[in-house]
Amino acid sequence: MNLKYFFVFLGGILFGFGLAFSGMTKQEIVLSFLRLDDLGLLFVLGGAAVLTMLAINFAPKLLKKPITGGTYTKRSRILNSKIIVGAAIFGVGWGISGQCPGSAIASIGIGNIPILVGIVFMFLGAYFQGTILSRVENRSK
Amino acid sequence: MFPLGISHYLIGGLIIGLGVGFIYLTTGLHATQSSFFDTTLSYFSNKPYFKKKEYLDSRVWRIILAIGLIVGASLYTILFTKGTMYVTSVQLWRLALGGFLVGVGTRLSKGCTSGHGISGVASLSSTSIFAVITFISVGILTAIIFQALGILP
Repeated sequence: MNLKYFFVFLGGILFGFGLAFSGMTKQEIVLSFLRLDDLGLLFVLGGAAVLTMLAINFAPKLLKKPITGGTYTKRSRILNSKIIVGAAIFGVGWGISGQCPGSAIASIGIGNIPILVGIVFMFLGAYFQGTILSRVENRSK
Repeated sequence: MFPLGISHYLIGGLIIGLGVGFIYLTTGLHATQSSFFDTTLSYFSNKPYFKKKEYLDSRVWRIILAIGLIVGASLYTILFTKGTMYVTSVQLWRLALGGFLVGVGTRLSKGCTSGHGISGVASLSSTSIFAVITFISVGILTAIIFQALGILP
């Protein structure tokens, strides 16, 4: 088996386990954060970001380059209005349903069958964005 | 503020970070989630938007990452809840409407809770930090309005 896929699979298992352990795979718990009843979600994001930050900063010193080849790059996106408008639209969807992409996918693993509806609609939303929205945007250029 | 305590939140978050950090250390990839929708759509759509080289190059590992997520969450269910399943009581119409907006918004924004919230913040990207502040603020506002309208849970 391709080594890169093996590493991604192992890391993905940890990612999904952590999502379930923290309760983020339960939409009610995410909604209780968004209603400011339980601020625990901040510790989930914070804990994950701190360890990821350590990896991003120490990986190049530890290995020089990734085991599977390539180079270490930081994640960067140029700020534009689409990023913020998109984040706001995502916020509305998140606030309505308590779902975000990673937690919804992992939620399948805890037996949450109704989440499949949410995931199907996430695909439809992504398709709408990639076809209709990006076409409107090209026309207005 | 923390009716269920904080330890499981913090430990869960650290395990997530361990997974993302491990993938970065070994492969240099940022294990983010919402791109999965676009890259998987590249199998089904011939629209140029979905046939970008970066999508075609990353679509296999993104599917493997998604399967890993499901397997990891299943392991939690087997080990910690003795196989007791969880089914959300959030109404289907909310999962559908919310899901659609999550799909549009995360792809327009080029990131979600993991892309902007974990990898972006960990890279100290100011763009991601603005995005996180935006989706958390709007998410809180939306959830509070829904609660005020009596739409529960």
